[in-house]
Amino acid sequence: MAQSPSAKYKPGDQVRIRVGVPPTHFRTPEYVQGKQGEIETSWGAYPNPEGLAYGGDGLPAQPLYLVKFAQTDLWTNYEGAAKDALLLDIYENWLESI
Amino acid sequence: MADNGHSHGDNAEYYALRAEAIQALLIEKGVCTMDDIMTMADKIDSRSPADGAKVLAHAWVDPEYKARLLADAESALLELGYDLPETAPKLTVLENTDDVHNMAVCTLCSCYPRAIIGRPPAWYKGLAYRSRVVVDPRGVLQEFGTELDEDVQVRVIDSSADYRYLVLPKRPAGTEGMSEEDLAKLITQESMIGVGLALTPEQVSAS
Amino acid sequence: MPKVHDRGGWPNEDPIDQSEHEMEEWERKVDALNGVLGDLGLKTSDQLRRAIESMDLATYESLAYYEKWTAAMEMLLVEQGVMTTAEIDAKMETLKQGQA
Repeated sequence: MAQSPSAKYKPGDQVRIRVGVPPTHFRTPEYVQGKQGEIETSWGAYPNPEGLAYGGDGLPAQPLYLVKFAQTDLWTNYEGAAKDALLLDIYENWLESI
Repeated sequence: MADNGHSHGDNAEYYALRAEAIQALLIEKGVCTMDDIMTMADKIDSRSPADGAKVLAHAWVDPEYKARLLADAESALLELGYDLPETAPKLTVLENTDDVHNMAVCTLCSCYPRAIIGRPPAWYKGLAYRSRVVVDPRGVLQEFGTELDEDVQVRVIDSSADYRYLVLPKRPAGTEGMSEEDLAKLITQESMIGVGLALTPEQVSAS
Repeated sequence: MPKVHDRGGWPNEDPIDQSEHEMEEWERKVDALNGVLGDLGLKTSDQLRRAIESMDLATYESLAYYEKWTAAMEMLLVEQGVMTTAEIDAKMETLKQGQA
Protein backbone atom coordinates (compact mmCIF):
# COMPACT_ATOMS: atom_id res chain seq x y z
CA MET A 1 0.00 0.00 0.00
CA ALA A 2 1.39 3.40 -0.94
CA GLN A 3 1.37 6.47 1.28
CA SER A 4 -1.27 8.88 0.16
CA PRO A 5 -3.73 11.54 1.02
CA SER A 6 -6.39 10.12 3.34
CA ALA A 7 -9.46 8.49 1.88
CA LYS A 8 -12.37 10.84 1.21
CA TYR A 9 -15.06 8.18 1.63
CA LYS A 10 -15.84 5.58 4.29
CA PRO A 11 -17.86 2.37 4.28
CA GLY A 12 -21.60 3.06 3.96
CA ASP A 13 -21.14 6.29 1.97
CA GLN A 14 -23.20 6.62 -1.19
CA VAL A 15 -21.23 7.56 -4.30
CA ARG A 16 -21.78 8.00 -8.01
CA ILE A 17 -19.31 6.67 -10.58
CA ARG A 18 -17.99 9.37 -12.89
CA VAL A 19 -18.81 9.05 -16.58
CA GLY A 20 -15.93 9.21 -19.02
CA VAL A 21 -14.19 7.25 -21.73
CA PRO A 22 -10.75 8.81 -22.16
CA PRO A 23 -8.72 7.45 -25.09
CA THR A 24 -6.07 6.45 -22.55
CA HIS A 25 -5.93 3.50 -20.11
CA PHE A 26 -8.37 3.44 -17.18
CA ARG A 27 -9.94 0.71 -15.03
CA THR A 28 -13.57 1.78 -14.57
CA PRO A 29 -15.88 -0.36 -16.72
CA GLU A 30 -18.56 1.54 -18.60
CA TYR A 31 -21.37 -0.58 -17.16
CA VAL A 32 -20.96 1.11 -13.76
CA GLN A 33 -20.39 4.64 -15.03
CA GLY A 34 -23.12 7.07 -13.96
CA LYS A 35 -24.45 4.49 -11.48
CA GLN A 36 -24.92 4.94 -7.75
CA GLY A 37 -23.18 2.57 -5.35
CA GLU A 38 -22.17 2.20 -1.73
CA ILE A 39 -18.66 2.06 -0.33
CA GLU A 40 -18.21 -1.47 1.03
CA THR A 41 -14.50 -1.37 1.94
CA SER A 42 -11.78 1.26 1.93
CA TRP A 43 -8.55 -0.46 0.83
CA GLY A 44 -5.98 2.31 1.29
CA ALA A 45 -4.16 3.95 -1.59
CA TYR A 46 -2.47 2.37 -4.61
CA PRO A 47 -0.45 3.76 -7.52
CA ASN A 48 -2.76 5.07 -10.20
CA PRO A 49 -3.00 2.67 -13.18
CA GLU A 50 -3.63 5.65 -15.45
CA GLY A 51 0.02 6.64 -14.88
CA LEU A 52 1.47 3.14 -14.53
CA ALA A 53 0.14 2.26 -17.98
CA TYR A 54 2.54 4.75 -19.59
CA GLY A 55 5.64 3.92 -17.57
CA GLY A 56 4.96 6.50 -14.87
CA ASP A 57 5.14 5.86 -11.13
CA GLY A 58 1.37 6.24 -10.62
CA LEU A 59 1.88 8.88 -7.94
CA PRO A 60 0.13 10.44 -6.20
CA ALA A 61 -1.46 7.15 -5.18
CA GLN A 62 -5.23 6.95 -5.41
CA PRO A 63 -7.41 5.74 -2.53
CA LEU A 64 -9.12 2.54 -3.68
CA TYR A 65 -12.54 1.29 -2.62
CA LEU A 66 -14.65 -1.80 -3.04
CA VAL A 67 -18.00 -0.39 -4.18
CA LYS A 68 -21.28 -2.30 -4.02
CA PHE A 69 -24.13 -1.87 -6.50
CA ALA A 70 -27.64 -3.31 -6.62
CA GLN A 71 -27.82 -5.41 -9.77
CA THR A 72 -31.27 -3.98 -10.48
CA ASP A 73 -29.67 -0.49 -10.60
CA LEU A 74 -27.09 -1.62 -13.16
CA TRP A 75 -29.32 -3.47 -15.61
CA THR A 76 -32.89 -2.57 -16.52
CA ASN A 77 -33.61 -6.17 -17.49
CA TYR A 78 -31.91 -7.91 -14.56
CA GLU A 79 -33.60 -11.27 -14.10
CA GLY A 80 -32.11 -12.38 -10.78
CA ALA A 81 -33.22 -11.58 -7.23
CA ALA A 82 -33.79 -7.99 -6.10
CA LYS A 83 -31.11 -8.35 -3.41
CA ASP A 84 -28.37 -9.52 -5.81
CA ALA A 85 -25.30 -7.29 -5.82
CA LEU A 86 -22.24 -6.53 -7.88
CA LEU A 87 -19.00 -5.31 -6.33
CA LEU A 88 -15.89 -3.88 -7.89
CA ASP A 89 -12.83 -1.89 -6.98
CA ILE A 90 -12.79 1.76 -8.04
CA TYR A 91 -10.15 4.46 -7.56
CA GLU A 92 -11.20 7.67 -5.85
CA ASN A 93 -10.68 9.87 -8.93
CA TRP A 94 -13.68 8.06 -10.47
CA LEU A 95 -16.03 8.69 -7.53
CA GLU A 96 -18.40 11.62 -6.97
CA SER A 97 -20.24 12.49 -3.76
CA ILE A 98 -24.02 12.40 -3.81
CA MET B 1 -13.34 -16.74 -32.77
CA ALA B 2 -10.63 -17.61 -30.29
CA ASP B 3 -13.05 -17.03 -27.51
CA ASN B 4 -11.63 -19.03 -24.67
CA GLY B 5 -7.94 -18.48 -25.22
CA HIS B 6 -7.29 -21.63 -27.22
CA SER B 7 -4.20 -21.41 -29.34
CA HIS B 8 -5.32 -23.45 -32.30
CA GLY B 9 -6.29 -20.48 -34.48
CA ASP B 10 -4.68 -19.54 -37.79
CA ASN B 11 -2.33 -17.20 -35.98
CA ALA B 12 -0.77 -19.63 -33.54
CA GLU B 13 2.20 -20.62 -35.67
CA TYR B 14 3.03 -17.01 -36.47
CA TYR B 15 2.86 -15.88 -32.85
CA ALA B 16 4.74 -18.90 -31.54
CA LEU B 17 7.60 -18.01 -33.87
CA ARG B 18 7.34 -14.29 -33.15
CA ALA B 19 7.51 -14.97 -29.41
CA GLU B 20 10.57 -17.15 -29.97
CA ALA B 21 12.20 -14.34 -31.98
CA ILE B 22 11.51 -11.81 -29.23
CA GLN B 23 12.99 -14.14 -26.60
CA ALA B 24 16.06 -14.83 -28.76
CA LEU B 25 16.68 -11.09 -29.16
CA LEU B 26 16.25 -10.43 -25.43
CA ILE B 27 18.80 -13.15 -24.71
CA GLU B 28 21.25 -11.89 -27.40
CA LYS B 29 20.98 -8.38 -25.99
CA GLY B 30 21.65 -9.63 -22.48
CA VAL B 31 18.31 -8.46 -21.11
CA CYS B 32 17.52 -11.90 -19.67
CA THR B 33 18.49 -15.54 -20.09
CA MET B 34 16.52 -18.62 -21.10
CA ASP B 35 17.23 -19.85 -17.60
CA ASP B 36 15.41 -16.80 -16.17
CA ILE B 37 12.40 -17.61 -18.35
CA MET B 38 12.33 -21.31 -17.47
CA THR B 39 12.83 -20.62 -13.77
CA MET B 40 9.85 -18.24 -13.87
CA ALA B 41 7.77 -20.82 -15.80
CA ASP B 42 8.52 -23.45 -13.15
CA LYS B 43 7.62 -20.99 -10.41
CA ILE B 44 4.27 -20.24 -12.07
CA ASP B 45 3.65 -23.99 -12.58
CA SER B 46 4.21 -24.60 -8.88
CA ARG B 47 0.87 -23.02 -7.93
CA SER B 48 -2.37 -24.87 -8.63
CA PRO B 49 -5.94 -25.17 -7.33
CA ALA B 50 -4.65 -27.82 -4.88
CA ASP B 51 -2.84 -25.05 -2.96
CA GLY B 52 -6.01 -23.02 -2.56
CA ALA B 53 -7.98 -26.14 -1.63
CA LYS B 54 -5.50 -26.99 1.12
CA VAL B 55 -5.80 -23.52 2.67
CA LEU B 56 -9.59 -23.39 2.40
CA ALA B 57 -10.05 -26.90 3.82
CA HIS B 58 -8.00 -25.77 6.81
CA ALA B 59 -10.38 -22.83 7.19
CA TRP B 60 -13.31 -25.28 7.20
CA VAL B 61 -11.93 -27.23 10.15
CA ASP B 62 -10.46 -24.36 12.17
CA PRO B 63 -12.89 -21.47 12.77
CA GLU B 64 -10.18 -19.26 14.25
CA TYR B 65 -8.00 -19.78 11.21
CA LYS B 66 -11.00 -18.99 9.00
CA ALA B 67 -11.52 -15.71 10.83
CA ARG B 68 -7.87 -14.78 10.31
CA LEU B 69 -8.02 -15.82 6.64
CA LEU B 70 -11.08 -13.66 5.99
CA ALA B 71 -9.58 -10.70 7.87
CA ASP B 72 -6.06 -10.83 6.40
CA ALA B 73 -5.57 -13.50 3.76
CA GLU B 74 -1.88 -12.83 3.19
CA SER B 75 -0.86 -13.29 6.83
CA ALA B 76 -3.04 -16.38 7.12
CA LEU B 77 -1.48 -17.88 4.00
CA LEU B 78 1.96 -17.25 5.44
CA GLU B 79 0.99 -19.34 8.48
CA LEU B 80 0.63 -22.30 6.11
CA GLY B 81 3.91 -21.57 4.35
CA TYR B 82 2.55 -19.62 1.39
CA ASP B 83 4.64 -16.48 1.09
CA LEU B 84 3.06 -14.48 -1.74
CA PRO B 85 5.57 -12.51 -3.82
CA GLU B 86 5.96 -8.85 -2.94
CA THR B 87 4.92 -7.99 -6.50
CA ALA B 88 1.74 -10.09 -6.44
CA PRO B 89 -1.61 -8.27 -6.26
CA LYS B 90 -3.34 -8.16 -2.87
CA LEU B 91 -5.55 -11.10 -1.98
CA THR B 92 -8.91 -11.26 -0.23
CA VAL B 93 -10.97 -14.35 0.61
CA LEU B 94 -14.77 -14.14 0.38
CA GLU B 95 -16.90 -16.63 2.27
CA ASN B 96 -19.93 -18.29 0.72
CA THR B 97 -22.66 -19.07 3.24
CA ASP B 98 -26.27 -20.22 3.36
CA ASP B 99 -27.29 -16.64 2.56
CA VAL B 100 -24.58 -15.27 0.27
CA HIS B 101 -22.92 -16.70 -2.83
CA ASN B 102 -19.89 -14.85 -4.20
CA MET B 103 -18.50 -15.36 -7.70
CA ALA B 104 -15.50 -13.67 -9.30
CA VAL B 105 -14.77 -12.34 -12.77
CA CYS B 106 -12.50 -9.85 -14.49
CA THR B 107 -14.53 -8.12 -17.20
CA LEU B 108 -11.62 -5.91 -18.33
CA CYS B 109 -8.91 -8.56 -18.71
CA SER B 110 -8.09 -11.74 -16.75
CA CYS B 111 -7.26 -10.76 -13.15
CA TYR B 112 -7.21 -13.93 -11.04
CA PRO B 113 -5.66 -15.07 -7.74
CA ARG B 114 -2.73 -16.65 -9.63
CA ALA B 115 -0.33 -16.27 -6.72
CA ILE B 116 -2.22 -18.94 -4.78
CA ILE B 117 -4.20 -21.06 -7.30
CA GLY B 118 -2.16 -20.73 -10.50
CA ARG B 119 -3.28 -19.81 -13.99
CA PRO B 120 -6.98 -19.23 -14.69
CA PRO B 121 -9.00 -21.77 -16.68
CA ALA B 122 -9.49 -20.88 -20.37
CA TRP B 123 -13.19 -20.05 -20.00
CA TYR B 124 -12.42 -17.47 -17.30
CA LYS B 125 -10.46 -15.46 -19.89
CA GLY B 126 -13.07 -15.92 -22.63
CA LEU B 127 -15.48 -13.28 -23.87
CA ALA B 128 -18.67 -15.24 -23.10
CA TYR B 129 -18.00 -15.48 -19.36
CA ARG B 130 -16.62 -11.94 -19.09
CA SER B 131 -19.61 -10.46 -20.92
CA ARG B 132 -22.40 -12.39 -19.29
CA VAL B 133 -21.59 -13.17 -15.68
CA VAL B 134 -22.11 -9.60 -14.50
CA VAL B 135 -25.53 -9.21 -16.10
CA ASP B 136 -26.83 -12.78 -15.74
CA PRO B 137 -24.94 -14.51 -12.92
CA ARG B 138 -27.74 -16.95 -12.19
CA GLY B 139 -27.89 -17.98 -15.85
CA VAL B 140 -24.13 -18.54 -15.82
CA LEU B 141 -24.40 -20.61 -12.63
CA GLN B 142 -26.98 -22.80 -14.36
CA GLU B 143 -24.64 -23.17 -17.31
CA PHE B 144 -22.08 -24.60 -14.90
CA GLY B 145 -24.75 -26.89 -13.46
CA THR B 146 -24.86 -24.98 -10.18
CA GLU B 147 -28.22 -24.76 -8.43
CA LEU B 148 -28.78 -22.12 -5.77
CA ASP B 149 -31.84 -21.46 -3.65
CA GLU B 150 -33.87 -18.45 -4.83
CA ASP B 151 -33.34 -16.65 -1.54
CA VAL B 152 -29.53 -16.76 -1.65
CA GLN B 153 -28.00 -13.39 -2.48
CA VAL B 154 -25.66 -13.62 -5.48
CA ARG B 155 -22.70 -11.24 -5.30
CA VAL B 156 -20.55 -10.88 -8.41
CA ILE B 157 -17.06 -9.50 -7.77
CA ASP B 158 -15.45 -7.86 -10.79
CA SER B 159 -11.67 -7.78 -10.09
CA SER B 160 -10.76 -4.46 -11.60
CA ALA B 161 -7.82 -3.13 -9.58
CA ASP B 162 -5.21 -4.19 -7.00
CA TYR B 163 -7.18 -6.97 -5.27
CA ARG B 164 -7.75 -10.57 -6.31
CA TYR B 165 -10.62 -12.57 -4.87
CA LEU B 166 -10.61 -16.19 -3.78
CA VAL B 167 -13.95 -17.74 -2.84
CA LEU B 168 -14.23 -19.94 0.26
CA PRO B 169 -17.02 -22.33 -0.78
CA LYS B 170 -19.66 -23.44 1.66
CA ARG B 171 -18.75 -26.68 3.44
CA PRO B 172 -21.13 -29.39 2.23
CA ALA B 173 -23.41 -31.18 4.67
CA GLY B 174 -22.39 -34.64 5.77
CA THR B 175 -18.65 -33.90 5.89
CA GLU B 176 -18.30 -33.54 9.67
CA GLY B 177 -16.05 -36.52 10.23
CA MET B 178 -13.79 -36.04 7.23
CA SER B 179 -10.05 -35.39 7.42
CA GLU B 180 -8.66 -32.08 6.22
CA GLU B 181 -6.93 -33.88 3.38
CA ASP B 182 -10.17 -35.47 2.17
CA LEU B 183 -12.03 -32.18 2.57
CA ALA B 184 -9.51 -30.48 0.29
CA LYS B 185 -10.51 -32.90 -2.49
CA LEU B 186 -14.02 -31.41 -2.39
CA ILE B 187 -12.75 -27.91 -3.19
CA THR B 188 -12.54 -27.48 -6.95
CA GLN B 189 -11.17 -24.66 -9.07
CA GLU B 190 -14.75 -23.77 -10.06
CA SER B 191 -15.83 -23.58 -6.43
CA MET B 192 -12.95 -21.20 -5.63
CA ILE B 193 -14.07 -18.88 -8.46
CA GLY B 194 -17.69 -19.26 -7.37
CA VAL B 195 -19.24 -20.73 -10.51
CA GLY B 196 -19.52 -24.03 -8.68
CA LEU B 197 -20.12 -25.39 -5.19
CA ALA B 198 -17.77 -27.65 -3.29
CA LEU B 199 -18.31 -31.27 -4.25
CA THR B 200 -20.18 -33.61 -1.96
CA PRO B 201 -18.43 -36.76 -0.72
CA GLU B 202 -20.83 -38.75 -2.95
CA GLN B 203 -19.70 -36.79 -6.03
CA VAL B 204 -16.06 -37.50 -5.21
CA SER B 205 -16.57 -41.22 -4.69
CA ALA B 206 -18.63 -41.45 -7.90
CA SER B 207 -15.88 -39.87 -10.00
CA MET C 1 -19.67 1.91 -27.38
CA PRO C 2 -17.27 0.57 -24.76
CA LYS C 3 -13.63 -0.05 -25.60
CA VAL C 4 -12.67 -3.44 -27.06
CA HIS C 5 -11.63 -4.97 -23.75
CA ASP C 6 -14.48 -3.59 -21.60
CA ARG C 7 -16.78 -6.61 -21.96
CA GLY C 8 -19.13 -6.47 -18.96
CA GLY C 9 -22.72 -6.61 -20.25
CA TRP C 10 -21.82 -6.90 -23.94
CA PRO C 11 -24.45 -8.89 -25.82
CA ASN C 12 -23.01 -12.39 -26.05
CA GLU C 13 -25.08 -15.52 -26.59
CA ASP C 14 -22.15 -17.89 -27.04
CA PRO C 15 -22.11 -20.80 -24.63
CA ILE C 16 -19.19 -20.75 -22.20
CA ASP C 17 -16.70 -23.26 -23.58
CA GLN C 18 -15.66 -25.13 -20.43
CA SER C 19 -13.16 -27.40 -22.13
CA GLU C 20 -9.65 -26.97 -20.81
CA HIS C 21 -6.78 -26.55 -23.16
CA GLU C 22 -3.37 -28.01 -22.59
CA MET C 23 -0.97 -25.12 -22.55
CA GLU C 24 1.62 -25.26 -25.31
CA GLU C 25 5.28 -24.75 -24.47
CA TRP C 26 5.51 -21.44 -26.35
CA GLU C 27 2.55 -20.11 -24.36
CA ARG C 28 4.13 -21.24 -21.12
CA LYS C 29 7.27 -19.31 -22.08
CA VAL C 30 5.30 -16.18 -23.01
CA ASP C 31 3.52 -16.37 -19.67
CA ALA C 32 6.89 -16.65 -17.93
CA LEU C 33 8.51 -13.91 -20.01
CA ASN C 34 5.79 -11.55 -18.92
CA GLY C 35 6.83 -12.20 -15.32
CA VAL C 36 10.54 -11.85 -16.11
CA LEU C 37 10.02 -8.50 -17.88
CA GLY C 38 7.90 -7.35 -14.94
CA ASP C 39 10.66 -8.21 -12.46
CA LEU C 40 13.18 -6.36 -14.68
CA GLY C 41 10.99 -3.24 -14.60
CA LEU C 42 10.46 -3.44 -18.37
CA LYS C 43 6.70 -3.56 -18.03
CA THR C 44 3.86 -3.23 -15.57
CA SER C 45 0.54 -5.06 -15.80
CA ASP C 46 -1.09 -1.77 -16.73
CA GLN C 47 1.37 -1.22 -19.57
CA LEU C 48 0.58 -4.68 -20.94
CA ARG C 49 -3.15 -3.99 -20.60
CA ARG C 50 -2.81 -0.60 -22.30
CA ALA C 51 -1.01 -2.25 -25.24
CA ILE C 52 -3.70 -4.97 -25.53
CA GLU C 53 -6.46 -2.37 -25.30
CA SER C 54 -4.95 -0.45 -28.23
CA MET C 55 -5.82 -3.28 -30.63
CA ASP C 56 -8.73 -2.84 -33.01
CA LEU C 57 -11.85 -4.89 -32.31
CA ALA C 58 -11.22 -7.53 -34.99
CA THR C 59 -7.67 -8.14 -33.76
CA TYR C 60 -8.72 -8.19 -30.11
CA GLU C 61 -11.42 -10.77 -30.83
CA SER C 62 -9.43 -12.96 -33.21
CA LEU C 63 -6.17 -13.34 -31.30
CA ALA C 64 -5.93 -16.02 -28.63
CA TYR C 65 -4.84 -15.05 -25.14
CA TYR C 66 -1.06 -15.52 -25.40
CA GLU C 67 -1.07 -14.20 -28.94
CA LYS C 68 -2.38 -10.92 -27.56
CA TRP C 69 0.30 -10.99 -24.87
CA THR C 70 2.99 -11.57 -27.49
CA ALA C 71 1.78 -8.67 -29.62
CA ALA C 72 1.52 -6.42 -26.56
CA MET C 73 5.00 -7.31 -25.28
CA GLU C 74 6.39 -6.53 -28.72
CA MET C 75 4.70 -3.11 -28.68
CA LEU C 76 6.21 -2.33 -25.27
CA LEU C 77 9.73 -3.57 -26.07
CA VAL C 78 9.79 -1.61 -29.34
CA GLU C 79 8.36 1.48 -27.62
CA GLN C 80 11.13 1.35 -25.01
CA GLY C 81 13.85 0.89 -27.63
CA VAL C 82 14.85 -2.56 -26.38
CA MET C 83 14.47 -3.91 -29.93
CA THR C 84 13.02 -2.88 -33.28
CA THR C 85 10.29 -4.46 -35.39
CA ALA C 86 12.85 -4.98 -38.15
CA GLU C 87 15.08 -6.95 -35.79
CA ILE C 88 12.15 -9.18 -34.82
CA ASP C 89 11.20 -9.72 -38.47
CA ALA C 90 14.78 -10.64 -39.33
CA LYS C 91 15.08 -13.00 -36.36
CA MET C 92 11.84 -14.70 -37.38
CA GLU C 93 13.25 -15.30 -40.86
CA THR C 94 16.41 -16.80 -39.40
CA LEU C 95 14.42 -19.07 -37.12
CA LYS C 96 12.19 -20.13 -40.01
CA GLN C 97 15.21 -21.07 -42.11
CA GLY C 98 16.61 -23.00 -39.19
CA GLN C 99 13.38 -24.99 -39.01
CA ALA C 100 13.33 -25.76 -42.76
